[in-house]
Amino acid sequence: MSTTFYIAAFVALLATLLTITRTNGVHALLYLIVSLLAVALVFYTLGAGFAAALEVIIYAGAIMVLFVFVVMMLNLGEKAAGREAQWIAPQIWIGPSILSAILALQLLLTLAHQKAWPIAQNAVPPSQVGIVLFGPYLLCVELASMLLLAALVGAYHIAHGEGGIAS
Amino acid sequence: MMTAPLQHALYLAIFLFALGVTGVLVRRNLLFILMSIEIMLNAAGLAFITAAARWGQADGQVMFLFILSLAAAEVSVGLALIIRIRHRLTTLDADAANLMQG
Repeated sequence: MSTTFYIAAFVALLATLLTITRTNGVHALLYLIVSLLAVALVFYTLGAGFAAALEVIIYAGAIMVLFVFVVMMLNLGEKAAGREAQWIAPQIWIGPSILSAILALQLLLTLAHQKAWPIAQNAVPPSQVGIVLFGPYLLCVELASMLLLAALVGAYHIAHGEGGIAS
Repeated sequence: MMTAPLQHALYLAIFLFALGVTGVLVRRNLLFILMSIEIMLNAAGLAFITAAARWGQADGQVMFLFILSLAAAEVSVGLALIIRIRHRLTTLDADAANLMQG
């Protein structure tokens, strides 16, 4: 289980790194999907099987397919990839990368001084997640449904009409 | 069954989050910025799942579900905005969308 975790973590980091450095949108999306699948495997090794299934079905399955549809609809082409390559010249990415590395280093040092906590050995079954979700968190579920409805109406309103999908 | 210690899963979350921040700061294409935001949301979800695994409770997975719905809402509105910006400005350069002229 431990080896699986480390392999999946390595794949996730590598795929994410490749995602943010690609110039072609579809290539970046495919690497992002690989990264999400690897993170789903990490979830499974941590005993969260339900979250792993949702990561594959909703994140990699639904949200990323939405991305792929939009990228193909925008039809960016080779010229856009060439312009992207110009935009990520070293003098542009070196500064933000150093700042992000400092941020990551601070978080790492904060954690490094703690003693090693073991992780609970028993997996949390989906039934327990469901009981908690529709028990103490019922109000949050209602709020999430309203958020999704608002996003649906908002996305329709923004993308529809003059200059949008319909015209 | 031996699992990795809590810190290592949190290290992974930290590195994924840092990569997402780097993506938002470095890229100028709106599509890649949206993808980097997804990476950051996913890293936050991983931190929640890790905390849930530490104490063997379901609350962290519930929070991950809410992050998932938040990501879906954010992506739908963000992609709609990207389509509009592409039609109006004929580019996805984030620097081009600097005029709020109705």
